[in-house]
Amino acid sequence: MRVSLSSTFQLADGLGCTLDVQAETIAEMMALLTDRYTEFAALLERGIAVSINGQIFRDDWTQAIPADAEVFLIPRIDGG
Amino acid sequence: MGHEQKYVDKKYEVVGTRFNRPDGIDKVTGKARYGADASAPGQLVGRVLRSPHAHAQIVKINTAKAEKLPGVKSIVTSADLPDLTGGDQGLADILENCMARGRALYDGHAIAAVAAVDEQTAAQALKLIEVKYKKLPHVTDVDEAMSESAPVIHDRIFTRGVEPKPSKPSNVAARTQMGYGDVDAGFAEADVIVEKTYKTEHTHQGYIEPHACLASVNPDGSAELWVTTQGHFVFRNVCASLLGLDIAKLKVTSSEIGGGFGGKTHVWGEPVALALSRKANRPVKMVMGRDEVFRGTGPTSSTSIDVKMGAKKDGTITAAVAEMRYQGGAFPGNWAMLACMTAFACYDIKNNKSVGWDVVVNRPKVAAYRAPSAPMAAFAVESTIDLLAKEVGISPIDMRLKNVAREGTQAPYGPTYGPIGIEHTLKAVKDHPHMRAKLKKNQGRGVACGFWFNIGGQTCTDLNISVDGTVNLTLGTVDVGGSRSSMAMIAAEELGIPYDQVRANIADTTSLGHNDMTEGSRGTFSSGMATIFAARDAISVLKQRAAQMWGVPEEDVIWENGQAIAVGEGHGNLPALTLQEIAAKSGRTGGPIAGHNEVVADGAGMGFASHICDVEVDPETGRSSIVRYTVVQDAGKAINPDYVEGQFQGGATQGIGWALNEEYIYGDDGCLQNPGFLDYRIPVCSDLPFIDTQILEVPNPLHPYGVRGVGETSIVPPLAAVGNAIANATGVRMTHAPMSPPRVLAAIDAQENAG
Repeated sequence: MRVSLSSTFQLADGLGCTLDVQAETIAEMMALLTDRYTEFAALLERGIAVSINGQIFRDDWTQAIPADAEVFLIPRIDGG
Repeated sequence: MGHEQKYVDKKYEVVGTRFNRPDGIDKVTGKARYGADASAPGQLVGRVLRSPHAHAQIVKINTAKAEKLPGVKSIVTSADLPDLTGGDQGLADILENCMARGRALYDGHAIAAVAAVDEQTAAQALKLIEVKYKKLPHVTDVDEAMSESAPVIHDRIFTRGVEPKPSKPSNVAARTQMGYGDVDAGFAEADVIVEKTYKTEHTHQGYIEPHACLASVNPDGSAELWVTTQGHFVFRNVCASLLGLDIAKLKVTSSEIGGGFGGKTHVWGEPVALALSRKANRPVKMVMGRDEVFRGTGPTSSTSIDVKMGAKKDGTITAAVAEMRYQGGAFPGNWAMLACMTAFACYDIKNNKSVGWDVVVNRPKVAAYRAPSAPMAAFAVESTIDLLAKEVGISPIDMRLKNVAREGTQAPYGPTYGPIGIEHTLKAVKDHPHMRAKLKKNQGRGVACGFWFNIGGQTCTDLNISVDGTVNLTLGTVDVGGSRSSMAMIAAEELGIPYDQVRANIADTTSLGHNDMTEGSRGTFSSGMATIFAARDAISVLKQRAAQMWGVPEEDVIWENGQAIAVGEGHGNLPALTLQEIAAKSGRTGGPIAGHNEVVADGAGMGFASHICDVEVDPETGRSSIVRYTVVQDAGKAINPDYVEGQFQGGATQGIGWALNEEYIYGDDGCLQNPGFLDYRIPVCSDLPFIDTQILEVPNPLHPYGVRGVGETSIVPPLAAVGNAIANATGVRMTHAPMSPPRVLAAIDAQENAG
């Protein structure tokens, strides 16, 4: 599975624009990325949301990721 | 129990109709209890001493004289709020904003607080507190704050997101970049390029009810807080963390709320009231004056934005770039980042780039304001699109439709959109009778689009069925816009009973699991989902009880139209059991019947809107009057259309105020000059026509009813819609909001003088 990073993460933290992981859920993906990339913990601290096929998941890390899904990591947003 | 979140098309009985809100009578008769309406035996009055300087070192605070004043029961300074934040800089910023720690960072920053037996004594005590300040250089303008010569407010801020990493601190907290494609190649393809710089001013959410709370801390560490807030569970967690209390021992009850719009998602005086109460060992009530609300609580960012867009002669936008500078007040925020994510979100532009700069200045800490950061970006982008349309000779609506984002378009922040409704709103605007209405002299019409994400979040709901078959729905998301009615309608829809059989209430923090803020237009989306699932849980119980009453297998029972029906061979003669009949027997069939749900409601559907504005500009004075205004927005599914329309109208009204009049005005001393509604002018009823609305319903695929949030998007287009209308009325393009009479008149005069 290929995970794309929002360009703000790429510039800020020196990560590439895509990361390859094999994960079935958001939680699994986050754990793998944290293990593999030392910079990733800092991004998590700042707040990350996950877009799966265009639907944004901010908090529900139990969400399953379909095998061929488009996965983007974007900043976690709040509202007013 | 797992529940299916996906949208299912169905016919509704209750949802989509209109009912009066359950809190309506209390509100119009004055019985509703707001933040200032609570009292407790022995309560004291809390008041805050605020900095008269924009930036100053606090050399010394002497409270001795105030402490000796009869009737003064406690005085707190930052020394009474030790830093327990454990290295969490975000929490430390909140603490420092609640009470200055060594430096006053803006005019109005809290320096000390007093609790006394009455208002007069508290006011007198404030005057007796001696504070020795050493004034420091200040900066309040976002562009000036970014300059090399600006006084640096925090020596801990090193700009994040730039390479190489800065070696010197500055007022620029972060740089953000979004977008994709090759903008240089895109501009090379363009037949027409437009470039403009825009400014927007600092505006307040303008909620009519000021911040207010009643705090009571006991010697055993238990405490209670009654407060006007958008999220009492979050307030509980933050206050407990700042004061070193156990979360479960702090009971927070949300009052009725007289407006929040994002401004009541943040704690301001509440930790101070708790600290005063803890020190005095008596309840403390603290109610802000309007000047304190303006000076001490969160307005939205003022901004400075450059936009460059290029298009082909056929109207195709080939490239778009925005450079956006947002100030977050005295503490870093992510406001420019949000602008980057939203600026071009309505359009399919194959080469786009947004750069955001988050900047600190000596102003109050910025708070979220309804679709935070999006209206300013939309003002710049939507104004530029009108200029571009004019250059290529295409109508503003056709220009937008030519470039509109659709399902499958890549959003500027990266992912591909699912089903979205921006094209639907634009087509509805194009076909709307408003667009064909004739304009009179000095009148102009403008259109503009807007986007906001909407969010979900943690939500917990209980549904309890009484023995007479009436239902209590217990919610944890504060009702800021009529959600109690909408939730009761959803429960009635699921259970198959009349709306007036359901009563929805907002519980205190000891009665439910954690609920996130009512923010991000999430109330109806999230609590609606939890209510559906809780009701379905209760239906499972009702079916079990019916099966027990009949003596048939549970799987032979279905639920239809508010009653259990036995199906299958041998059960055909059994009469249906209504909810009331099952509830009446509940004591003998297993006890109370209830449903419960806790959910992380994710997958909120994005909100898009298009607005039409007719304005009349008086060329003698520059005063702009809104003649007609129409909001078209995708709601996904309108649970109660009355309240959806109310959200559309409220957002538009606030946007119009922002567009025409509202602004913080600072003097050279860095102090706010207009902290009151006389000089800071929000729209009143007589300023506006009835705001027309059209609800569109493009279902959100990840909500059982297709609900999208509706509370915020409607504030995004008005600044640009008004600006475009003024441009069409006068021929003058306004690039500075608010487009107040002096600014419009000056622009008209400048145009006339230029010949």
